[in-house]
Amino acid sequence: MRRTRQTSEARAGAGFALPAFLLILVLLLAPLAALLALSVTDYRLGALTVRLVGLDHYAALFGDEVFQRSLRNTFLYVALVLPGAVFGGLGVALLVHARTRTRGFYEVAYFLPVTATLVAMATVWQFMLHPSLGPVSALLAWLGFGQVDLLNDPSLALGTLALIGLWQVIGFNMVLFLAGLSAIPRELYEAAALDGARFGPDRFLRVTWPMLGPTTMFVTITSTITAFKVFDTVVVLTRGGPLGSTETLLYVLYLEGFQYFRTGYAAAMTVVLLVFLVLLSILQARVIERKVHYA
Amino acid sequence: MRRRRILPALLSHAVLAAGAAVMLAPFLWMLLTSIRPAEEVFGAVFNPIPGRFAAPENYARALTEGNLPRAMLNGAIVCLGILAVQLLVAIPAAYALAKLRFRGRGVLFGLVLFGLCVPIQVPALPLYLALAQTDLLDSYFALMAPFFLTVFGMFLFRQFFRAYPDEVLDAARLDGMGEFEIVWRLAAPAAVPAIAAFSVFSVVAHWNDLYWPLIVVTSSELATPPLGILAFRDTESGGNYGALMAGAALVTAPLILAFLVARRAFLRGITMTGLR
Repeated sequence: MRRTRQTSEARAGAGFALPAFLLILVLLLAPLAALLALSVTDYRLGALTVRLVGLDHYAALFGDEVFQRSLRNTFLYVALVLPGAVFGGLGVALLVHARTRTRGFYEVAYFLPVTATLVAMATVWQFMLHPSLGPVSALLAWLGFGQVDLLNDPSLALGTLALIGLWQVIGFNMVLFLAGLSAIPRELYEAAALDGARFGPDRFLRVTWPMLGPTTMFVTITSTITAFKVFDTVVVLTRGGPLGSTETLLYVLYLEGFQYFRTGYAAAMTVVLLVFLVLLSILQARVIERKVHYA
Repeated sequence: MRRRRILPALLSHAVLAAGAAVMLAPFLWMLLTSIRPAEEVFGAVFNPIPGRFAAPENYARALTEGNLPRAMLNGAIVCLGILAVQLLVAIPAAYALAKLRFRGRGVLFGLVLFGLCVPIQVPALPLYLALAQTDLLDSYFALMAPFFLTVFGMFLFRQFFRAYPDEVLDAARLDGMGEFEIVWRLAAPAAVPAIAAFSVFSVVAHWNDLYWPLIVVTSSELATPPLGILAFRDTESGGNYGALMAGAALVTAPLILAFLVARRAFLRGITMTGLR
C-alpha cells in the first residue's frame, strides 16, 4: 500500500515536472550550450562555412575600443544611478511611511513611473528635453544655464539617461523599503526610547538603519542589476550617441548580434555579460539568505 | 508638544510634494500636450494650459496614422498567451517541487535557481538563430516562446505551496482525489493571491518589453506597444508632438489604469521581482 502510494507520487511528480524540464532544456540549457559553442567560432548569420577560432573573440574583447567604452559607460551609468536609487528610495520611504492620510497618494505618485511603459515615457522625456520646445530646456534657460541640449551633448547625455533611470526606479525601491520599514517591530523603538534615543536621527541610527540593513543590501544589488541592463532609453533617446557617449553593454551587444550579425563575437560578449550577472546574483542570493535569517 | 510636530510634518510634505511633482511632470506634460493643437506646441509663448482643446484631432491621429491600435491588440495577445502557458506549466511543476517526492526534484530546483539569474539577453542569440532556421521569426510564436518558461513563477509558487497544509492533501488523497485534481482544485485556488501578483508582474514585464520584440519582429502588423510607439514617433518625424503624446498616453493607459484600480496587487506583484 505504502509502496504504491510512493510510486504514484513519484509518477505524478515527474509528470508535473516534465513540461517544465523540457522548457528548461529547450529555452535555457540548449541555448547556453549553443552560446558557448558559438563564442569559439567565427559564425555569422547566413555564413556557409564556420571556423573554430578558440578564445580569439574573448581576447579581441579586451582590445575592442567600442566594447571597452560600453563597459565604462555602463559602469558609469550604474554609479550615477545607484546612490540616488538607494538613498533617494530610502528617503522617500521614510517620509511616506510617517504619513497616514496622504500615504496612498504619495505611493501612487512615486510608483507611477515603474508601471508606465518606459519606451512611451522616454518619448515624453525626449519632448520635455527638446532644446527649443521642451519645458525642461525652458526652465534651464530661465535659471541662466543658457541653451542646453541635454541629450546631444556628449558630456551630459549619459547623465541625462541616468536621471531618467533614477526617475523610473526610485518608486520601486521606495516600495521595497516601505516593506522593510513595516517589518520593524514597534517594541524596538520603545526600547530605544527607554535607552534615551527619542529623536529622529537617534532613532534612525540606532534602530531603523541597522534593521533595514538586509533590505538596503538587497535594494542596492537589485538596482545595480537593473541599471546594468539599461537599454530602452538608449534605443529611444540616443542610439548610443553622441560620439558613443551612451553606448552601453546591452546596446552594443544588440548591435553586434542582431544588426551586424557578428554572431560568434556577440556570443562571447554575452558570455561576459552572463558572468557579471551570475556574480551579482550570487551576491543577491547570499543577501536573501541573510534577510530570511533576520526575519 | 503639538507645535513641535507640525513643523516636521510640513517639511516632510514639502519635500514629498516637490518629489512627486518631478515624478508626475512627464505624465502631466504628456496629457497636456496630447490635448494641445499643433500651432501651440510650436508657439513662441509658453502657455501650460492649451488655448484650444485639440484632443479629438490628436487622439484620432494617434489611432489612425500609425499602427497603435493593432500594436495594443498584439500586446494583449502576447501578454495573455505568455501568461496562460506560464501558469499551466509553472503551477503543477511548483506543486511537484513543493509537495511530491520524485527523481530529479533536486536537479529541477537547482536549475530553477540558476535560471533566476539568466535574463532574456543571454539565450537571445541562440534562440534567434533557432527561430531563423525554422522560419518562425516575425510571428506571435517568436514573441511568446522564450517566456513560456518562468523559473521565477515556479520559484514563487513553490514557496507558496510549501506552506499549504499536508493534512489537507492527505485527506483529499484518502477521498480518492488524484494529484492532478489536487493541483487544480485545491492547491491552485488556494494560491490565487500569488497567482494574481505573478500575473501582474508578468503582464507588466511583457507589455513593456522592448529588447526581444525589437529583435524578432520586423513587420508592423506584429508590433508590440513599445515597437508601435517607436514606429509612430519615426513616422511623425515632422514633429506632431500632440499626436505623439496622445499615442504615448494610449499605450501607457491600460497598465496605469489597472494600477490605479488594483494598487495593492500591483505593488505586491511588481516588487516581487525584487525576489528575482
